[in-house]
Amino acid sequence: MNQEHLAVYEVFVRSNRGLDHKHVGSLHAESPEHALMYARDCYIRRSEGVSIWVVESSNITASTESDVENFVEPMDDKPYRHATHYVLPEKVKNM
Amino acid sequence: MISMDTKTIDEAVELAKFEQKIANEEKIEPSDWMPEAYRKNVIRQMSQHAHSEIIGMQPEGNWITRAPTLRRKAVLLSKVQDEGGHGLYLYSATETLGITRSEMIEALQSRKAKYASIFNYPTLTWADIGAIGWLVDGAAIVNQISLQRTSYGPYARAMVRICKEESFHQRQGYEIMYELAHGTPVQKQMAQDAMNRFWWPSLMMFGPHDADSAHSGQSILWKVKRESNDFLRQKFIDQSVVQIEVLGLELPDPEIVWNEERGHYDSGPIDWDEFKRVINGGGPCNYQRIKHHKKAHQEGEWVREAVRAYRLKQQTKNVA
Repeated sequence: MNQEHLAVYEVFVRSNRGLDHKHVGSLHAESPEHALMYARDCYIRRSEGVSIWVVESSNITASTESDVENFVEPMDDKPYRHATHYVLPEKVKNM
Repeated sequence: MISMDTKTIDEAVELAKFEQKIANEEKIEPSDWMPEAYRKNVIRQMSQHAHSEIIGMQPEGNWITRAPTLRRKAVLLSKVQDEGGHGLYLYSATETLGITRSEMIEALQSRKAKYASIFNYPTLTWADIGAIGWLVDGAAIVNQISLQRTSYGPYARAMVRICKEESFHQRQGYEIMYELAHGTPVQKQMAQDAMNRFWWPSLMMFGPHDADSAHSGQSILWKVKRESNDFLRQKFIDQSVVQIEVLGLELPDPEIVWNEERGHYDSGPIDWDEFKRVINGGGPCNYQRIKHHKKAHQEGEWVREAVRAYRLKQQTKNVA
């Protein structure tokens, strides 16, 4: 009955060369090598990708979204980091 | 007492944030705070959906060895493999809510969890494979398209992926029906018979009428469900009638008639007693479906045992 002998892996697929790997879901597997084979069978049956990454979920360290204000606020008070902060002279249409 | 009050206030704040996200059409993600009732409701709906994909492999798998041509066999094999994949997407997405795979399987096997009642009907002829792909997957697509906008993020994303794959399922079913309906009189009769048997259970897939649906109200408020059962059922009836006409088959319900005023087809009453009987275990194949699931699961135990031994060995190796 017990299925927890398998670890949970997160699956990332690069759909084409030149693009980022994108998270597509997760699956259970015995080892990273098996996870890769299962991901192939499950997530790219119709040429959805050219490359797969798998990583055991427990190895991912994530920020907490609920704490996003404390985590990223220092960035928000620096409007001069954005191009829109600078007003162009009217004669210069595009830059 | 003070700690109780703090807890209540914290919860009220969290609840307000949660409701704001729902109102703003933002998705709820696994690590977000959510009301227990929301978690339970989504687990119930998603695991039921996952179980349906897995049990749904049985009636169709039944015909893989008997498919009439090699092409049909390859197509059916692909389709059944997709269903297994859909079950996996959905189980994985459900696990993000804190329930384990084995708890879900246990709930299915002990009949605490339900699956789509349509899979408790037998597949008697090859035409049934056509009718299932066309009608059952067709009904599922109507439902799943609306669920791409469900409020729980992992569920919505799984639905997007599933919908992409599902339209091949419906088309291959319709192709089977079309060829039979344009074949010999016996083949045409076979198509008619399959459609007649699967029509009503397909309509039941959308669940009870809105007024009688136990979970609908709250699910709609929380945007777990985006459209009502009756709305989706009507959409399915409307799209199916023209497809039946193209097949050249008799309508499965003599009361289907275009209603100019509503802009929809009217149709006859659904036998809800049958629905209740089948969903509660009294359908032709309920017993067989669960029995087969248990058997397959038990027969795989030696693999799981080997895996446990393998992992243990790997871990010991890594330590040393």
